[in-house]
Amino acid sequence: MTKVVKQTLRLMLISLGMFAFGFALVPLYDVFCDITGLNGKVDLQQSEQTVLVDVDREVTVQLITVANASMPWRFEALQHQVSFHPGEDVKAVFRVQNLTDMKMVGQAIPSVSPAEGARYLHKIQCFCFERQTLEANEVRDMVVFFTVDPELPESIHKLSLSYTLFDMTPVDAVSSR
Amino acid sequence: MTAAVSAHHAPVRGIRRWLYTTNHKDIGTMYLVFSLAMFFIGGSMALVIRSELFEPGLQMVEPEFFNQMTTMHGLIMVFGAVMPAFVGLANWMIPLMIGAPDMALPRLNNFSFWVLPFAFTMMLSTLLMDGGGPNFGWTFYAPLSTTYAPPSVTYFIFSIHMAGISSILGAINIIVTIMNMRAPGMTYMKMPLFVWTWLITAFLLVAVMPVLAGTVTMMLTDIHFGTSFFSAGGGGDPLLFQHLFWFFGHPEVYIMILPAFGIISQIVPTFSRKPLFGYASMVYATASIALLSFTVWAHHMFLVGLPLAAELFFMYATMLISVPTGVKVFNWVATMFKGSISFETPMLFSIAFIVLFTIGGFSGLMLAIAPADFQYHDTYFVVAHFHYVLVPGAIFSIFAAVYYWLPKWTGHMYSELLGKCHFWCSFIGVNLTFFPMHFVGLAGMPRRVPDYSLQFADFNMISSIGAALFGLSQLIFLVTVVRCVLVGRAAPDSPWEGAQGLEWTVASPAPYHTFSKPPLVE
Repeated sequence: MTKVVKQTLRLMLISLGMFAFGFALVPLYDVFCDITGLNGKVDLQQSEQTVLVDVDREVTVQLITVANASMPWRFEALQHQVSFHPGEDVKAVFRVQNLTDMKMVGQAIPSVSPAEGARYLHKIQCFCFERQTLEANEVRDMVVFFTVDPELPESIHKLSLSYTLFDMTPVDAVSSR
Repeated sequence: MTAAVSAHHAPVRGIRRWLYTTNHKDIGTMYLVFSLAMFFIGGSMALVIRSELFEPGLQMVEPEFFNQMTTMHGLIMVFGAVMPAFVGLANWMIPLMIGAPDMALPRLNNFSFWVLPFAFTMMLSTLLMDGGGPNFGWTFYAPLSTTYAPPSVTYFIFSIHMAGISSILGAINIIVTIMNMRAPGMTYMKMPLFVWTWLITAFLLVAVMPVLAGTVTMMLTDIHFGTSFFSAGGGGDPLLFQHLFWFFGHPEVYIMILPAFGIISQIVPTFSRKPLFGYASMVYATASIALLSFTVWAHHMFLVGLPLAAELFFMYATMLISVPTGVKVFNWVATMFKGSISFETPMLFSIAFIVLFTIGGFSGLMLAIAPADFQYHDTYFVVAHFHYVLVPGAIFSIFAAVYYWLPKWTGHMYSELLGKCHFWCSFIGVNLTFFPMHFVGLAGMPRRVPDYSLQFADFNMISSIGAALFGLSQLIFLVTVVRCVLVGRAAPDSPWEGAQGLEWTVASPAPYHTFSKPPLVE
């Protein structure tokens, strides 16, 4: 193989490698966000219950609900904010109603603000761990149990826990309507 | 045998010459002609935009079509006009400048070019499809370009794939040519700066075009195969799109300006009759700009909710780029200092480049200030900024290069009078078009709108008049080039008094085959 051919092949390999790197960036960004706690992403996994309670201070969690633009469900928090000591377990209830006359599937995606606080908010049980299937016009109360880590930085007194509800009804179900 | 030899030495006649050619000069010419055609198509779209914005209210086009025009104007100009023009110049000039008989991979070269007309025919054909062409802005942010895209988006994705393949193969060819085909004695630090800047640009292309290809592939699978790279409902993240896009996009803006730096570094010494000031620092500045370009992508995303640490990092990294860029500007000025300057058309375009690109650089520095960007983001100030670096930046450098090397390509001189007419009309047109955009942008006019509040009316009217002037003056350019090819007076081998470099040692017009025997450099 001549030097030219070798170099050409090497450069083509580099560009294929960069193509793969583009895809590798997808998990890499997530890893980066996990390590640094940026982006306000919340683990979609169940966490351990903590035992320590910091009774010296109180933290407020505001509950925000958004139904995505293409999601014809009513979605509201029964309680708009809760105040508690970091470490205590809290229960919050959300009510959804399928406003259409078809069976639909929804998925709630949580986000926490400020982003620095995201990694201190632990969910023990959450409706967002799984998809919700609602019959036509069905109403359902959904529950989240969560706690805030006592390690939460002193500067944070208030967290917003926001859920956005997305339409995940399978496409073939749509076409069979 | 004689027939074979003569076929080797002269081009075949007719269309087959252009379809099958592996000659770097033919391919360079095709790239340049293609890019000129795209420049006029993209320019007509800009005129549609500017005529809609001539007055407040909706008068010329539907808002949906307006969005397609802004999107297609950006895509055509970036991928169809500026990039192919630089590749065309590279094809023509790099072998001549390094004393090589041709590019290292001539057949690949042919393929790289011929992918382009198909890619852009496909992209333009989307305008005629149901639902129209791409309407999501040239940055095609998801979910606008996925969930809410017109059905033609798939054609758009494939045309980006094809344009990307063309650029990557072209870049590989340029790297291999420069690394292997230099004439004996031409060490890396003796190469002309145009060759240096292109070498670095080619590495940028190989590094980032595949990331763009990956991004559009993710869009494709999100749209058609049920993946959720960019859809939050499925566990993906729309912001990921912006990170991926700008990881490509920021090096991309340097891909469009580094070769321009190279061109200016060829022309300014010629017409100042002095060697370039600070050659080595120019090379290092180019390399550092290229490296830094990988660390600044999120300055396009100051408003997405980045944490403070990231805002600060990207702000300082962005400002750092102005240091090597400043080195270049000062070097060009120092080259002209105490030179015996003459103002032929290439030099006029080069001086305008230095002044106006610096203005664009300064507005870029303003945008780099994260807290200030909260005010400027997505306003016409941004439009003014990137048009100042791309139109009197990239495009003016291409004009300068064409006027500078046209005598070598055609063997004829262009009309200096027409060239100067073209320059002054373009210079006034560009400033009339884009300078008022700074003011409306600072006053809060958002970009990508077909209608606007009354208080922006006067400046927008001035912009539109300037755009008409700039657009029409490009017809002077067309006439100048065509006249030069057909009836220009014969050019000497080295038509510019102060010109240095191997390209001026061959005859004008450059013979079909040059440097069959390598020249000896010093």
